Amino acid sequence: MAAPCVELPKGGFSFDNCARNARLEQLGLKFPTAYKTGTTIAGAIFKDGVVLGADTRATEDTVVADKNCAKIHYLSDNMYCCGAGTAADTEMTTQLISAELELHRLNTGRVPRVATANRLLKQMLYRYQGHIGAALVLGGVDVTGPNLYSIWPHGSTDKLPYVTMGSGSLAAMATFEDRFKPDMTREEAMKLVRDAIAAGIFNDLGSGSNVDLCVITKDKVEYIRPYEVANIRGVKQRSYRYQRGTTAILSSEVKKLDLDVFGTEVKHQPMDTQ
Amino acid sequence: MASASVLSEYKAPISAHFSPYDFNGGTVLAIAGNDFALIATDTRLSQGFAIHSRECPKTFTLTNNTILGCCGFHGDVLTLTKTLAARLQIFEKDHNKPMPTASIAAMLSTILYYRRFFPYYTHNVVAGLDEEGKGCVYSFDPVGCYEKESFRAKGSASAMLQPLLDNQIGGKNQNGYTAQSLTSTQCVALVKDVFTSAAERDIYTGDNIIISVVNKDGIKSEKFPLRRD
Repeated sequence: MAAPCVELPKGGFSFDNCARNARLEQLGLKFPTAYKTGTTIAGAIFKDGVVLGADTRATEDTVVADKNCAKIHYLSDNMYCCGAGTAADTEMTTQLISAELELHRLNTGRVPRVATANRLLKQMLYRYQGHIGAALVLGGVDVTGPNLYSIWPHGSTDKLPYVTMGSGSLAAMATFEDRFKPDMTREEAMKLVRDAIAAGIFNDLGSGSNVDLCVITKDKVEYIRPYEVANIRGVKQRSYRYQRGTTAILSSEVKKLDLDVFGTEVKHQPMDTQ
Repeated sequence: MASASVLSEYKAPISAHFSPYDFNGGTVLAIAGNDFALIATDTRLSQGFAIHSRECPKTFTLTNNTILGCCGFHGDVLTLTKTLAARLQIFEKDHNKPMPTASIAAMLSTILYYRRFFPYYTHNVVAGLDEEGKGCVYSFDPVGCYEKESFRAKGSASAMLQPLLDNQIGGKNQNGYTAQSLTSTQCVALVKDVFTSAAERDIYTGDNIIISVVNKDGIKSEKFPLRRD
C-alpha cells in the first residue's frame, strides 16, 4: 500500500532522492536553477552605529528577474542582515535565525548580541558545508556597541569595520578602501555606503536598480527603501494601446451554474472581556 | 580486480582544453522601410558580469548606403568587419563603384560559410537600400544561412525585441488590424522604446543606442541614452 499523499513535514530539509539526482546530473540531466541575487551588499561602522546597504536587482542567468527586491533582512529590533547568493537561502536562513534570536531574547530577557547572531548563522552554514548558498553582511548595535560581520556560505566569518559581499563586492570595496575612515558621522557613513552600492550597481552587471539603506543606532533603526532610485526608466515615445476586440475570440459559450444559494445573516456580538 | 581494469579503459584521454570563443553581449536591430532602412545598436561591450566599454557600437558603415550590424564574440566581430572592409575596397577598385547591398549580403554569406567548421561567433544583419532605392534588411545565422526580411533583431536581447516588432511592425496576432508601413520617424521612436524595455531586463543591453537611418540623402545617425546599471 502506498503512503498517504500528504505527509506532514517533520521540520528540516528533505534529502529524498539525493543519490538518484546526483547520478542523473552526472548523466547530463539539467536541473532547474534557483534565483541568484548577483548582488552588491555592504556595511560600515560609524561613530554611533552601523549602516547597511544593498542594491535591488535579482537575476536569473542574464535576465533581470526582480527589479526591486529587498536584500536587507530583519533579524531582530537591533540587528539587520544583508543577503547575497541564492535568494531563497538568504531569505530562509535569516528568517530561521531571526526566530531563534527572538526565542533567545525571551529566554534570557536581554537584547540579543550581534556576536550571538553571527555564531548562530555561521554554525548553521558550516553544518551544510556550503550547500546553503548564503553570503551575508550582518550588522547591529548591542550592549558592546556597533558590530559588523561578513559571513561566507561555508561558515567562515570576519569582524571588520567595513565589509562588502556579492558579485559587486570588488567595486564596493574599492570605494571603501578609498574613503573609509573611523568614527565618521552618520551622514558621512550613509553617503559612503550609498557610493559603494552605486559603484556596484553601475559597474557590476549582476547588480542594479536602486540603493536601499538601513541605519542602526543605539535606540533607533531607520530602514530606508529606496534610499535612492539610481536608475530611472526611460519615457515611452509611442502609445501601445490596442483597439477593443484586438484579441480574437475563437468561440464563446455561456453556462448557467446549477447552484442553490443560501443567505446567512451574521449579527454583531460584543466580545467577552470578562 | 578484473572489473576495475576493464572500466579504466573507458577513461577520457587527458587533454588541455582551449576555448576559442567568448560572448560579449550587445543587441542590434534593423528595419526596412519603403524608401529607407534603419539599423540600431546598443553601445555596451561586456564579458561575464563586467562592462568593458560603454561606447562600443556594433554597427559598421560598409558603403554610403549599406550598414552592417554585427555582435556576439567581439574578437570575431573585429576580424569579420576587417575582412569585409578589405573585400569591399577590392570590389570598388575593380569595378569603380561600391558594392550593392544585395551583393554584400551574398558575399557575407560565403565568408561566413567558409568557416562552417570553425564559425565566426557573430550574429549579423545587413541593412541598406537596394538598387531601386528601397529599404532592405538581410539577416544571417553564424554560418551563413541568410534571408531577406523587413525587420529583425539580433544579439543578446533579440528574443525580447523580436516579438514586439512582430506585433508593432508585422501587425501579428491582432484581430481586425492590418499593418501599415511606418515612417522613419515612427520607426526611430519604436526602436527607442523597444531598446528602453530590453535594457530593463537584459543585463547585456544598456548605456546608449545609436540609430542610423539610410535614405537617398545618405546616412544620418543619432544617439539615445539607456540605463547604465
